[in-house]
Amino acid sequence: MLNILYGRNKLNVIVCIKQVPETTEISINPETNTLVREGIESIVNPFDEYALEEGIRIKERAGEGKVTVLSMGPPQAESALRECIARGADEAVLLSDRRFAGSDTWATSRILEAGIRHIGEYDAIICGQQAIDGDTAQVGPGISVRLGIPQVAYVSEIIELTGQECKVRRLVETGHEIYEAPLPCLITVVKEINEPRLASLRGKMKAKKVDITVWGLDEIGISEDEAGLKGSRTQVVEIFSPPKPEGGIRIEEEDTGAAAQKLYSLLKENSIL
Amino acid sequence: MDLNFSEEQEMIREVAREIAVEKIKPVAAKHDETGEFPHDIMKVIAEADLFRVFIDEKYGGMGMGTVALAIAIEELTWGCAGISIGYAATGLGAFPIILHGTEEQKEKYLPPIAEGKLAAFGLTESAAGSDASAVKTTAVRDGDHYILNGTKQWITNGGEAETYSIIASTHPKKGARGLSAFIVEKGTEGFDFGKKEDKLGIRASATRELVFKDCRVPAENLIGKEGRGFKVAMDTFDASRPGIGAQAVGIAQAALDYAVAFAYEREQFGQKITSFQGVKFMIADMATKIEAARSLVYKAAFMYDEKDREAGMFSAMAKLFASDTAMEVAVDAVQLYGGNGYMKEYPVEKLMRDAKITQIYEGTNQIQKEIIGKDVVKHIIRKK
Repeated sequence: MLNILYGRNKLNVIVCIKQVPETTEISINPETNTLVREGIESIVNPFDEYALEEGIRIKERAGEGKVTVLSMGPPQAESALRECIARGADEAVLLSDRRFAGSDTWATSRILEAGIRHIGEYDAIICGQQAIDGDTAQVGPGISVRLGIPQVAYVSEIIELTGQECKVRRLVETGHEIYEAPLPCLITVVKEINEPRLASLRGKMKAKKVDITVWGLDEIGISEDEAGLKGSRTQVVEIFSPPKPEGGIRIEEEDTGAAAQKLYSLLKENSIL
Repeated sequence: MDLNFSEEQEMIREVAREIAVEKIKPVAAKHDETGEFPHDIMKVIAEADLFRVFIDEKYGGMGMGTVALAIAIEELTWGCAGISIGYAATGLGAFPIILHGTEEQKEKYLPPIAEGKLAAFGLTESAAGSDASAVKTTAVRDGDHYILNGTKQWITNGGEAETYSIIASTHPKKGARGLSAFIVEKGTEGFDFGKKEDKLGIRASATRELVFKDCRVPAENLIGKEGRGFKVAMDTFDASRPGIGAQAVGIAQAALDYAVAFAYEREQFGQKITSFQGVKFMIADMATKIEAARSLVYKAAFMYDEKDREAGMFSAMAKLFASDTAMEVAVDAVQLYGGNGYMKEYPVEKLMRDAKITQIYEGTNQIQKEIIGKDVVKHIIRKK
């Protein structure tokens, strides 16, 4: 149970989400070295589900406020935003424009920054720690730098959120760190932070009817040079499956002790130990 | 009649299915073993708005009827019948108020149920099972109260529910016509719970005695009029029986899903056992019976929502056929698993234990046949 103390009863949260392919099914076409997208289900990036849940909890505990989900993507990313509405978000904004295509993390964070400025008022921005397709973990921090607001990445608990500032626990390899930051700030969250709720029936009905706001490059007021391939500082040269390791020995003893013994003997025999 | 579900009904299925897959199925075996009541899952079901579907919008519900309730029950039960019965029995406990309650009773008791507070229905006693008129619990008028005395047996959600619809006798000499229905709140003085039963199946559910000792219930908690208790109970069962049918379909579908998945992986004589005709024929029979049961269940629920006068007979048919199907399919699922099916390590022996109750409660299948037989004769003679 989080111990959140609120100094005021209204908090607006923006949650950034990404629609990603269900990666357990992903494969790469060996001829073209591109992802096979046909028949692959699109889902809300799993880490972003934790971000959304935390946004909803902040609003619920504050008593009042609004959770806006924001995404950059092709028109079909609308379905991911509707899924977020079904799970409890209030409003959704999709940043979609052909000129956004090919954006790297640099351009993407610029586009999302502009989208957030266009939304206007907010107390906190929450992102998942990273997307499961790109795995960069750069966009969240990139947005905060561009907005000029503080950021805390890999947050596992919001300890306190007063309306003026927040106190959070951050997971690091060696343990955890406690940070305080003035609001508005941006946090990226890890999956330890909560257990996301499922879609409710009323949420699903709302999601079906709700109008998703769609803004393009002109609405958010950035130049063509800042978006898409032109606005990107990196370029994907090649995508390939790592070569399958060859050879090797399988240790198939069911008993753990026997397996360890066998491994030890093998290492010993081969003069590794 | 439109055989397709509406888009909103499909949404109920999706919502309930997700709960069954994500939340219920992973803990089904644990609750079956411990018999611990699944409070956290009731909360998830409530947050998903599923308690709202069978309650009118006026009282915080969504007014989607018994078809909606049946859909939710079928899907939740696919995850675990013992867990989903906490939800289904709340519908059973709410129906007396929904069908015969006063405006004040509805305003007071239905909104908390829509929010997920549990309800229960108390009719059965040790000597009053199929013969509901043999109820010995008495309710004696005393000024602006009734004083209840007696013991109800095997009450689902006993101890867990906040609101209880209780059938008691106000005129013992009149038998069925002397019965009346009351709303009794948990915590009322003189209202206690007896032992929790150790059951063959649906072990996650709370099945307990309700003990009334000089329990004073306000007269305004009388549901309908004095002497109408039997009618309240029978109308309640007409509304709830498609739900038991849906529960049976959920159990049967789970049994089929497990059995086919297992049979497809299982190899004997150098091939998958699903390639043997004997196994395929079993699977064919199981699947066909399930589809027939499902159709009958939703037809009964649909007719009930349409206020069709043959709905009562159809709901009895649905309960009868679906529960027999659940039992047969669950037994066959164990058979398809072979020796593994007999082991607690695998999920199908639980389904066989869970299935059995659907043939017994909310009117034994023999009582259903009484209803059906009588109604068939009545309808055919009337048509002549």
